[in-house]
Order: sequence, then structure tokens, then C-alpha cells
Amino acid sequence: MTDMLIWLVAIPLTGAVATLLLPRQATALVYVTAVATTSVAGMLLYQVGTQGELTYEIGGWTAGLGIALRADGLSTMLLLMTALVVMATSVYAGTYFRQADERARFWPLWLLLWTSLNALLLSGDLFNLYVTLELLGLSAVALASLGGKTAALQAALRYLQAGLLGSMMFLAGVSLIYAGYGTLDLATLTGMVAPGPVAWVALALMTAGLLLKTALFPLHFWLPPAHASAPAPVSAVLSALVVKAAFYLVLRLWLDVFADLVTPASSNILGILGAGAILWGSWRALRAERLKLLAAYSTVAQLGYLFLFFPVLQALPPGPTRDAALGGLVILALTHGFAKAGLFLAIGIIQQRAGHDRIRELDGTAQRLPATTFAIALGGVALIGLPPSGAFLGKWQLIGGAFATGQWFWVLITVAGSLLAAAYMFRVLGHAFGNQAYPQRAVTVAREEWPALILTGIAVIGLGLAGAPVWQLLGSSA
Amino acid sequence: MNFDAWLPLLIVASSLVPGMVIFFLKEGSHVTRTLLNLAGAGVKLILVGVMIWGVFHDHNYETRWTLAPGLDLVLRADTLSVLFVTLSTVLWLVTTVYAIGYLEHSPHRSRFFGFFSLCVSATVGLALAGNLFTFVVFYELLTLVTYPLVAHRGTPDALRGARIYLTYTLIGGALLLAGTVWLYVIAGPTAFVEGGTLSSLPTEYHPQLKVIFLLLMIGLGVKAALVPLHGWLPHAMVAPAPVSALLHAVAVVKAGAFGIVRVVYDVYGVNFTDQLGLLTGLGIAAAITIIYGSVKALSQDNLKKRLAYSTISQVSYIALGTAILGPVGTIGGIVHLVHQGIMKITLFFTAGGYAETLGIHKVSEMNGVGRRMPLTTLAFSVAALGMIGIPPIAGFISKWYLGLGAIEAGMAWWVIPVLITSSLLNAAYFLPILYRAWFCQPAPAWPAEHIPAARHETAGTLLWPPVVTAGLALAAGLFAAAPYSPLEWADLIAQREYGL
Amino acid sequence: MLTAQWLYGITGCLIVALGLRTALLHALLLQRVIGINIMGAGVFLMLIAVAYRGPGVAPDPVPQALVLTGIVVAVSATALALALARRLTAEQNND
Repeated sequence: MTDMLIWLVAIPLTGAVATLLLPRQATALVYVTAVATTSVAGMLLYQVGTQGELTYEIGGWTAGLGIALRADGLSTMLLLMTALVVMATSVYAGTYFRQADERARFWPLWLLLWTSLNALLLSGDLFNLYVTLELLGLSAVALASLGGKTAALQAALRYLQAGLLGSMMFLAGVSLIYAGYGTLDLATLTGMVAPGPVAWVALALMTAGLLLKTALFPLHFWLPPAHASAPAPVSAVLSALVVKAAFYLVLRLWLDVFADLVTPASSNILGILGAGAILWGSWRALRAERLKLLAAYSTVAQLGYLFLFFPVLQALPPGPTRDAALGGLVILALTHGFAKAGLFLAIGIIQQRAGHDRIRELDGTAQRLPATTFAIALGGVALIGLPPSGAFLGKWQLIGGAFATGQWFWVLITVAGSLLAAAYMFRVLGHAFGNQAYPQRAVTVAREEWPALILTGIAVIGLGLAGAPVWQLLGSSA
Repeated sequence: MNFDAWLPLLIVASSLVPGMVIFFLKEGSHVTRTLLNLAGAGVKLILVGVMIWGVFHDHNYETRWTLAPGLDLVLRADTLSVLFVTLSTVLWLVTTVYAIGYLEHSPHRSRFFGFFSLCVSATVGLALAGNLFTFVVFYELLTLVTYPLVAHRGTPDALRGARIYLTYTLIGGALLLAGTVWLYVIAGPTAFVEGGTLSSLPTEYHPQLKVIFLLLMIGLGVKAALVPLHGWLPHAMVAPAPVSALLHAVAVVKAGAFGIVRVVYDVYGVNFTDQLGLLTGLGIAAAITIIYGSVKALSQDNLKKRLAYSTISQVSYIALGTAILGPVGTIGGIVHLVHQGIMKITLFFTAGGYAETLGIHKVSEMNGVGRRMPLTTLAFSVAALGMIGIPPIAGFISKWYLGLGAIEAGMAWWVIPVLITSSLLNAAYFLPILYRAWFCQPAPAWPAEHIPAARHETAGTLLWPPVVTAGLALAAGLFAAAPYSPLEWADLIAQREYGL
Repeated sequence: MLTAQWLYGITGCLIVALGLRTALLHALLLQRVIGINIMGAGVFLMLIAVAYRGPGVAPDPVPQALVLTGIVVAVSATALALALARRLTAEQNND
């Protein structure tokens, strides 16, 4: 059963190679791979939910010399989200890329991206994390550059430089940890790392590198151009999954490995940066002229919410309130993943129909595509954090935790952020009402429009109404 | 789960499911859409009837679904929720008929009726909410699904009105949310219990409870159009008449007022609220709103705007009733929830009827309309007289109880003048309309006669709904002492609240 | 006490700092990529320093494996950067 962990990495990798060697059957291969991987992810979630954490030692070498793959509640949920988002986006990508040679370049990189995401989420070893982080960054950059125009290439290069800088700092931190503690295994290190100069510098380096990769304000400069010039399916996974992976690593480091080092001051730094991200990102989204830029800045803002949880989690003593808050963080991350991916897919449909994505000139297109506009509306509901989306539950936990620890400031920021998000989302949705004739059918092009609808539907209805298992899967943790 | 646990959910689903299906219907499938709408309304009516019967026979109807640790979505039928659900269901049926006629040649009907059904689902969910969390969820949902209805026409005015509406309601919603989360952190999951649960908290929490109360009242007051949070309401008049009718009589404004009632009676408890000194503040805000709304209504020539300001004034009677300590005042406030709904919807139906039939939008255009559209104007007159408080129409009952309650609570010295002044102001802005309609000569031509005079004065779907609701308003007044009347229900609720 | 291990280690740190400075302060892509590679060299030096376990004892194989992997990763990353840069120049010449 623990073989499932290695399957999750092996299947997409095999798929990537296969699509490279057999470009004519590539699309079919991708669908097969997607279904297979998603099924394994689902089975893994069930397994971990009923039996707890799973570990797999590669090659049979025990931790210390070998590399362990580990799946607990958090990583399994992120794995399933990754699988569902990639599968839905693959369906959309099949129609987005009209020409065979575009598709031939796209699919291998796409599956490689998926491989690295899965490998990262499953890694139980610090250096392996570095390698998968690099793999992720390189495939993401390659995909982002597929647009081919100057703007896309410049944005991709900036993304690459930022990414490499980040990984290098991360590696520096990893080597310090090895120097200090002689092991790279996450489980072994948890509890072993004591406050001291080595640990401090290592944490600082690794966090700085990861913050660059997760585009936390003010290190977010590379994200909007890259996400805005990339093809729509690529933007979807960049915003929904790739930055989430880096955030997942920050979470692991701060909550598990370096838990003893976290102080109120350092958590507050993360919180303040998060607040800056929310306010600045939302403001820029409000001023954006193009839909994709709006969505990219929205990602910057939404990631800020995730960082607001750090001071709250740090101040709460272990117990049910803290568990509830942690679950809120995870459900917020999951909801954003689904919602943002769906939003980018919907924007892609509009962009292909209208030839542009300028917000001011949206009227006709938005009204001719009611299902797509509805997907944007659903995505907006999740981004604003209105019920019944999962984000509502997450923000509730954030505000509740902030009240419980007397940190009023974060309440103000969260409320302000939600209202700003409402402002920029409804600015877009206002264009859906007008005097164009309503098309006869609601869903005009099934294969294109359904993935966006399904993804945003999961964010708003699935996670909102059936989100209770998120807390159960996280279990009670410290 | 047995039937008792399913019933509240089914009542919400009876409009939710048709709504979702209608979204996907082709624009041209009129018959299917009409059938779905009416079927949903009919099913809901039957289910609500079952619920009323059951509550009288001590059935416990509760649907509970855990969304997150400590956050349960609870739909429960208690006396207050049954009152509001019945009002919503009956008025939805009538409004659906009216809307089918009103939007006869309008575009985007699938979208309209889809969101229309969702709006009622949200209202019913809000009515059946068993704890503050569920209430907030449906309250915010209501904001979301009413936005497309206000923006429906797509004109720049409509979009602007919708934007203003959204700004006010989202900010209010954010404050409501903050207050609710804060309350949950202090007091745990706040279920709605008659008499309130918060009085058992230790006294060091009292300052926080006062601030929370203020947050909740502001959040609820936006939808309930308490001055100075009422700014969105006149702008939202740009929506089609069925939307205005629903928003003002049943859905949005009532939701805010209903929320205020719930918070004061079933979360804080009316005695505890008085202890904290908060009732007086609420009463003053209500009184200011009552007078302000009536004064502004005097100067409006646009009929719908006049009715809008009248709503602002009249809904605050409910808040005033809540602020008057004692069962009699409570009865006055709660029964006005029903009475004002029936009367106001009649007024909006007739206003829409005038606009659709004769192109009348202004009071100054209404000369002699009583001769051309007698039944409609009769309905209008009944409702207007009820608003003023003339017996035996329902509005008189509410004002009577409010006055009596104020005397019993020792607040008569300022409440009675407010009641009298507002009744006089109501007369001042309604009676001239009646005079014009019945006793003045009509202008040579109506502004735009869309529906020519035939056997009936206007289309059946525009004519019969206001006549029915006017009849209901009359019946609620005449048969107020009968069992199952709104007054008897309010009496029952007040008894349970005060533990009598 | 300044042993060889410490010397290598601290030199590695200094090289990382120098590389970081280059990567951040220079405007040209090529200079930045070289800066990042220098940072990499510095980290690898740190790792090799960590591998030393004393005279006569076989050095720790793990950091050596890390360095090898790291070199491969750095080379592929640099290759991607240079390929993209060439593509960008070609696009800009076409405009």
C-alpha cells in the first residue's frame, strides 16, 4: 500500500516521457495518466484518513542515508487538490492549444510539472525538497515561456532568476542544517532542532528563499508579469499550485521542524508581510486593466491571508482552538487553489473568444458566455470569502483565532481584504449585466467551460459544505 | 435521518432545486420555467403547512450539518421561524405569478427566475436558521443572490444602484461577521434559544457584549434600512417591480429586521439587553428612522421612491417593538413583520401594475387612475389605509399593540408621539395619492398605455396578486383574534420569550 | 581554533555572500546567472567542508552526493536561463 507513494511520482513521470516519445498520441496519454494519478491520490487520501501517516523508504535504505517519502493528512489533501486541478486543466488545455506542435511542446513539460509537485509534497528529506523545488521551478519557467512573445520571455526569465535565487538560499540553509545536526530527514529533525545560531540562520535563509518562491510581499515582483503572460492553463497551475507548494514548505518548516524556534516576533513579521500582501495585492488588482493581471495580483493578496495565520497559530496554545485554526489555514489554501485555477480557465475562455482580456471592454463577451461568467462569479465568491465557500470557513477560523488571542489588527486586515476583493471581483462581474441577447444555451462549449465550472464549484460548494473532513484529516497536532 | 430532520432542508430545497434547473433552461422555454416556478412554490407551501401542523403538535424539526469544528449549520423550526417562513412562502407564490406577468417580454428570464428562486431559498434558510452562524451564512448568501436581481436591467443606473447596494450590504455583512465570530469566541456556539443565552456570562464580558451588540446591529441595520444605513434602498428602486416587492416586503429588509428580532430575543434575551442599557439606543435609532423615512417620503414624486422611504419608516416599527420591553410591545413588533410585508407588497405590486399598464411612474401622473384601474387602485387604497393605521386593516393592529406596549413599559412619553406623528405623516403622503386617484380628472393621455383597457383593466397576472394580498391585509386585521392568525402567532412567540 | 574545515566553511559562506551580491546588484542577465552559479559554488564548498570527519577517517559520503546533485541541478538551470535569453534576444531582434 505504501507503494502508492512512489506511484504518484512514477506515473506522471512515465507519462511525461511517453508524451515526449509519442507526440501524436500525447493527448490520450495525458488523460490516461491524469485519471490514473488522480485515482491513486484519492486512494491515498482514503488510506491516510483511515490509517494515519504513511512512510515509504526509497530503495529500502532507512532514513539517515536514504530518502523517505511521507504522506500525512496535509500533504495528501494537497496531493488530491493538485491531481484534480491538473486533471481539469488538462481537459481545458486540450482545447486551448489549437495546434499540434504547441501541444507537443506543452504536454511533456506539463506532466513533468505534475511529477515535481507530487514529489515535493511527498518528500520527507530536506535535500530532496531542494531538488524537487528546483524541478518545479524549472518546469514552471519553461511552461511560462511557452507564450513565446517578448513579454512572456522576459517575465519567464525574471521568474527563473527569482526562483534560482530562492532555491540557492534554501540550499544554503539545508547545508547549515546538515552541518549542525547531521541528518536531512524531516521526521528525525522534528524535535531535534534547538534554538541556536545555526538553526536561526538556517531558518532565516530557508524562509527567505521560500518567501521569494511563494511571492510574499514584497518579494512578489516576479509573479504578476509571469502569470499574466503565460497561457491560461499554465497561469492556472502557477497560481493555484506552484506557489502553494512553496508555502507548504514554509508551513512544514515553521510548524514541524523549527517549531521550537518560532517566536511571537518572527511570526509577527510574517503576519505583517502577509498584511502588506493583502492590501497591496488587492489595491493593484483593483487598478488592473486586464483580467489576467487582476487574477495574478489577487493571488498575491490571497497568499497574504495564509501568512496571517502564523502569528495566530503561534499565540494559540496546543488544543482544539489551534487545531481549528490550522484547519482553517488548510481549507483556505485548498479553496484558493481550486478557485484560482477555475478563474484562470474562465479568463482563458474569454480571452480566446474576445481576443483580449481588457476589463473595460468585456461586456459583449461576458454576456455571450453565461456559464463562464458564472464560473468567474463562483471563483469570486471563494476569493472574497463569502459563504458557502471553503474560504468563508477558513476566514472564520482566522478571525476567531485572532479574537481569541487578542490580535485585533489581523481582524481589521482580513475584513479590509475581503471588502477589497469584493470590490475588484464585482467590478468584473458588473460587465455580465447588459443588453446583449442571452444565448439560447447556458453552457456553450462543453469541454472548455465545464472544467472551470467544476473547479470553482468544488471551491464554493464542495469545500464549503463538505469541508469538515479537512479538520479530521489533519488530526490533532502540536 | 427521519422525516423530522429532513423537513427544514426540504423547504429550502423546494426553491433551490428549481432555481438551479432554471439556470440551465433555454431562454425560450417559457412553459417549463413557469411550471418549475409554480411547482416549487406549491411544494414549499405544502411543506410549510406540514411544518405548522407539526410545530403545534410538538414535533422537533431540525436539520444539522457540521461544516467545521464548532460550526454547525442548523435549520430549525421554532415559532418565530415558522412565522417568517410562512410569510415568505405565501408572498413568494404571489410574487412569482406577478413576476411572470411583469417580465412578459423581458430578456434574460432564465437568469432572473434562477436568482429569484435562490433569493427565496436564502430567505427561507435565514428564517429557519437555528443559530447565529447559520443566520450569517444565509444573510450573506442573500446579498449575493439579490445583486443580479437589482442589476437585472443592465442599464448604467441599474448597475450603479446594484453597486451601491452591494457596498452597503457587504460592509454591513463584514461587521456582522466580525461581531458574530467575536461572540462565538467568547460564548461558544450561539444557538437561538428563547430568552437568550448570554445572560449567564460573567460580568467582565459585558463591555465586550455591548460592542458586539453594536456591531451586530450595524450589520443587520444596513439591510433593515435603519438610518443612517439606509442609503442603498432608494437607489435599489431601479430594479424591476417584482424585485422591489420581494426585497422590501419579504426578503432583504425583512431579513435585517428579523435578524434584529432574533439577536435581541434569542441570543441576548430581551431582559438582558435592557440590563445592558442597549434597548433604549435601539429604540431611539428606530424612532429616528420612522420619522426620517416619513418626512423624506413626503417630498418624493416618483411613486416607487415614495414607497421606498415609506418602507424605511415602516420596517423600523419592528425594531421599535423590539425595543419596547414587555410582551405587548413585542407582539406589536413581531406582528408588524407580517402585516407590513403584506401591505407593502400590495403597494409595490400596484405601483408596478401602474407602470406596466399605463407608464405611470410619478404620483403627479396618477390623476384619475381609479376610474381606469379600479381594482388595482382599490388594493392600493386598502394597503395605504393600513399603512396609516386605519382599522380594521392589519396596520392598525400593529400600531395599537405598539402604543399599548409603550404605555405598559413606561416609555409612552416618547413612543406615542412618534407613533402619532408618523401616522399623520403617513396620511400626509398617502391620502393625496388616494385623492388624486379617485377624485381627480385624468390627464388627456396616459404616459404610455402598454396594455389597453379590455375586459379586465390589465393583465391577470398583474391584477390578481395585489388584490389577493390586499384581501390578506384586510383579513389579518378583521380576523386577528382567530387561531393561526399572525397576531395569535406573535402572542405565542411573546409568551415563550418572556416565559409566561 | 582555525582548522582547515573551518577555513573552507567560512570561505564558502563568503563566496555565497559575494555571489548573492552579484546576483542582486547587477542588471545584465548573464551577470546575474553567473552570480547565482557563484552562490552555488559557495554552498558546495560549505558542504564539502561539512564532509570532513577528521584525519584518517573516510569523509562523509552524503554531502558529496549532495554536491554532485547540486552541480547537475545548477547546470540545467543555467542552461535553461541561457536558452531563454537567446530566445528573448531573437524575439527582440524580430520586433
